[in-house]
Amino acid sequence: MKGGIKDVEHFVRAAVLVGAGLCLFLVLRGFLVPKDFGVLGHYRAGALADIAARPASFAGRAACEECHSDVAEARKGSKHEKVNCEACHGALAAHAQDPGSVTPTLPDTTKLCLTCHEKNAARPVNFPQVDPQEHSGGEICVSCHKPHHPEIE
Amino acid sequence: MSPEETTPNMMSDRRKFLKNGARFVLLTFAGGAAVERILSGEPVVRVLADSYTGTPGYDVSQHWWGMIIDIEKCIGCGNCVRACKRENDVPLEPFYFRTWVERYHVPAKDMLHPEAEDHPEVDSPDGGYDGFPERYHAGDGSKNFFVPKLCNHCAHSPCVQVCPVGATFESPDGVVLVDKKYCLGCRYCIQACPYGCRFLDPRTRTADKCTLCYHRITKGLTTACCETCPTGARKLGDLKDPKDPIHEFLATHKVQVLKPQMATGSKTYYNGMDASVR
Repeated sequence: MKGGIKDVEHFVRAAVLVGAGLCLFLVLRGFLVPKDFGVLGHYRAGALADIAARPASFAGRAACEECHSDVAEARKGSKHEKVNCEACHGALAAHAQDPGSVTPTLPDTTKLCLTCHEKNAARPVNFPQVDPQEHSGGEICVSCHKPHHPEIE
Repeated sequence: MSPEETTPNMMSDRRKFLKNGARFVLLTFAGGAAVERILSGEPVVRVLADSYTGTPGYDVSQHWWGMIIDIEKCIGCGNCVRACKRENDVPLEPFYFRTWVERYHVPAKDMLHPEAEDHPEVDSPDGGYDGFPERYHAGDGSKNFFVPKLCNHCAHSPCVQVCPVGATFESPDGVVLVDKKYCLGCRYCIQACPYGCRFLDPRTRTADKCTLCYHRITKGLTTACCETCPTGARKLGDLKDPKDPIHEFLATHKVQVLKPQMATGSKTYYNGMDASVR
């Protein structure tokens, strides 16, 4: 370097170290950053597949109705028609996959119905809700109401 | 010192130093980048959009997911909270929720004072997991309702913005997700979320939150919470699907998002939301 920086040798040494460090960093980065990082955005694109790979626990109403079409028929026109099967019967994807392997247990109707229908000030006013004592003297709901077609005609 | 030893020399000294320094840094960087390119192999091939999720036939560019919560229909049964914990293996302790339900109570004496909307009584016993034991009296003039909450899957999400490593992101189909393999557990995103929907999974020490049941919606199912909601208070919507009922709903109902002042681009729309909801 012409022009006279005095004692330039010590500077060269430091510069070489910094340069080497920078190079090393870039090389390591090339190894360590996954190849699919940055493809879709600032994230590892493979994460989408990782997350989507989880097996489902709830089968979905369509799966139930494939076999239980008689129940689907019975519910037509009732107030419970839009309530999906697993809302009461629990997660049954295992049963839908292999009906023989998992036998679902019937929900406990002494408690199940009240989950939705017990009187509560925060529930919408026109939603059917009762105080079980006042309504039936504590008698269980299914003695008068069929769960799949609860209207009493 | 004579003039030619001081100012002129110092000026050319500095200029030369800067020039050479800049040349040095540039060349080092270029060289390093070149080596990195070579070592990282050939450029990543752009894979077909429909195989990103591993589900053939699901094209991420054809969907833009959102959710509708109808407060006028929510009965606080807690089905959604239980279903979500079941479907997504969320720890059962009452601090970990991907979705939860809150009950709002504006006392009768406050109903005549608009500013009372800033002070509702809010409770969420175990997130609503076991329902809500009756605490208030219907018909006493107070206002009571339930508000289910979840990740809003914001289009301009603050949590995505603050992640230092790129572990949380918005997928091309509008779902904000966490890459568990990349997350450090620094908790910056948990702090950043204005809706409080994130938590640290104690088992993996990574951030966790509602994934909009990504593993279900990419296969044509609906989310676990929507599946088990008995009144249709929660409805998944695909804003890119012209046939999706969400478009008609948004056109015929007066909807709001939570905390609009945060400009998060929330895609969770609430129908019938009261001013007292925070």
